[in-house]
Amino acid sequence: MPGLTLNNISMRFDLPNGTHVQALRDVSLHLAQGELLSVLGPSGCGKTTLLNIVAGFLAPTSGEITLNGHAVRGPDAERGMVFQEGALFEWMNVRDNVSFGPRMAGRSKSEYLPEVDRLLEIVGLKDFRDKAIYELSGGMQQRVALARCLANDPDVILMDEPLGALDALTREKMQALVLTLWKETGKTVMLITHSVEEALLLGERLIVMAPRPGRIHKEYRLPFADLGAEMDLREVKKHPDFGQTREEILSMIWNMEEEIMGHMETAS
Amino acid sequence: MTGIAILLVYILSFVLAATAAGLLRRGRMRRADFSSLKTVTFGDESAIRPDRIASIASVVVIFLLWGAFTGSKLVPLHVPGPFAGETSFVYQAETGDGAVSDGRVRITVGPDGQLPATEADAPGEVAVAVQSGRDKLIPLPGEARVVSVNGTGITPGGTVPVADGTVSMTAKGTLSFAAEKGLQMEPIWLPSPEAVVGRFIEIMTNGYQNYSLWEHIGASLLRVLTGFALGAAVGIPLGYAMGLSGWFRGWFDPIVEFMRPVPPLALIPLVIIWFGIWETGKVVLLFLAALWVMTIAARAGVSGVKISKIHAAYSLGASKWQILRHVIVPNSLPEIFTGARVAMGVCWGTVVAAELVAAQMGAGMMIIAASKFQLTDIVMMGIILIGLIGFGIDMLMRQAETRLVPWKGRS
Repeated sequence: MPGLTLNNISMRFDLPNGTHVQALRDVSLHLAQGELLSVLGPSGCGKTTLLNIVAGFLAPTSGEITLNGHAVRGPDAERGMVFQEGALFEWMNVRDNVSFGPRMAGRSKSEYLPEVDRLLEIVGLKDFRDKAIYELSGGMQQRVALARCLANDPDVILMDEPLGALDALTREKMQALVLTLWKETGKTVMLITHSVEEALLLGERLIVMAPRPGRIHKEYRLPFADLGAEMDLREVKKHPDFGQTREEILSMIWNMEEEIMGHMETAS
Repeated sequence: MTGIAILLVYILSFVLAATAAGLLRRGRMRRADFSSLKTVTFGDESAIRPDRIASIASVVVIFLLWGAFTGSKLVPLHVPGPFAGETSFVYQAETGDGAVSDGRVRITVGPDGQLPATEADAPGEVAVAVQSGRDKLIPLPGEARVVSVNGTGITPGGTVPVADGTVSMTAKGTLSFAAEKGLQMEPIWLPSPEAVVGRFIEIMTNGYQNYSLWEHIGASLLRVLTGFALGAAVGIPLGYAMGLSGWFRGWFDPIVEFMRPVPPLALIPLVIIWFGIWETGKVVLLFLAALWVMTIAARAGVSGVKISKIHAAYSLGASKWQILRHVIVPNSLPEIFTGARVAMGVCWGTVVAAELVAAQMGAGMMIIAASKFQLTDIVMMGIILIGLIGFGIDMLMRQAETRLVPWKGRS
């Protein structure tokens, strides 16, 4: 079956004091080729753990992940990652960062350089390709991270709060860029975020996770990502459904947080 | 006494220079950069930059003090030196039968301690020559027992201050004159700057103990570079292995943690017993001095790599070997450079100490050999050269660091 499938993923961490934490319980979902899924949830609901399992950095205690029919066993170039910050290589310039994947795969310069330059142009860093990473602003660095991931041509792109460290204005611009890239490349994208607004704008599908144990609480199918690819994101936010869905999800997460607090109070 | 005088003059110079610099700067245009516009600087470390005028004044003050206390011709002001010239005192002596006679002692104090040729004893007078800053027993005529000097009573063991010096009586009743020593240092304690420079030029042209100055310094540098290179060649891979493999870390942790606090100098006896006193022993000692520092630096460099960088590299399809070469090694370079600077400093200090024990050539051998002949000027010259070379090495390492790891501290 093409696409990314998560089959009853559970994750349990045993602690040294004998107790354990159930980070995830029976998470199942299927992402078809080219779908954009955003994952939302209160802190501690296991969404980053889930992403690390899909990326292959963690092995689930039970369950299985398959991509285009074969099982995921570890990290691989078919699943690209975009991190929040600090994952670029400071000792390489912008172009060498972006071409890292193709270079490691042993492809020839003439093969990857045109593609790298094309990607740098798309993310708006054509004139910065010889700059050092530490000379770029935070927003520019994330553009490099996006280009680096795309240059490797992965089947799935996993994003772990890629815009979380950016200021509000840069963040809006980058959200538009992520939508453009998604539409243009047709990649399957799984995006983790803290921001309800970002999840709504970027997620063609959206899942809200609940904590203790981490599980899928509710799933939405949203029109805003498609709208956003054609119009200004600020116009999308004025859509009547947008405000309503945002309120619904916000109060849902709010209630979960309240529940955790109450739980902690009774426990103590 | 002299030490306290030097300390007081030094503190005074510090205060005076600070006041003078402050007065000179008052009213001048201040630079309008970011730090100078800060109103809170006390407690804000980033606003404190070294005042270069103070650095220059500091070096000048040390040079002036050095000159002033050694009577250097390069320095206009001197502290009082040892007395030189003529002086005299009178004494009363008692002969065995109770008769009292007066006498006079004329003393010529000069650098050579020789009586001028024209000098002749007048009746009732004794002429003595004393070398500057030294004591001299005064031979008095007859069997007389001296009872007073300049009208002050004196007994064996007593001391009477006279003009330009003191007169003391030995236990056996002989008078001894000590000329005023002044506050200046004798060359054997601290030679003047020009003596040191002169010695430097002499050794540069003629060499010292069969080898030229460059051979001495070159020998030390070669030992340091060999020892450091071997230490780095073993230490860096070992540090990487300890950062990457639990077995390596477990195996070598006790060794590294045990050897790290042992100062290399403590190993000298053992190294001499095992490897002899010649080059092998020295290089082994420097190798051991550099090894642990470099191992720990490389291990810290590996531990310091952000896990997101490693994850990103894996997700981009890099193999373990590629991650080591393209991510872990470059990422650890800043730590390795810091370690290399420390290791070079330790090695340079250790080589000098190692050469004190046994060597035919080397900067440390030069100063220890000179000290045995009380050639303090060569010792001073050696110390200054060792300091300058050590400083130069560190400057070169820093230059290399900014050029090779420009991202250090900026990610």
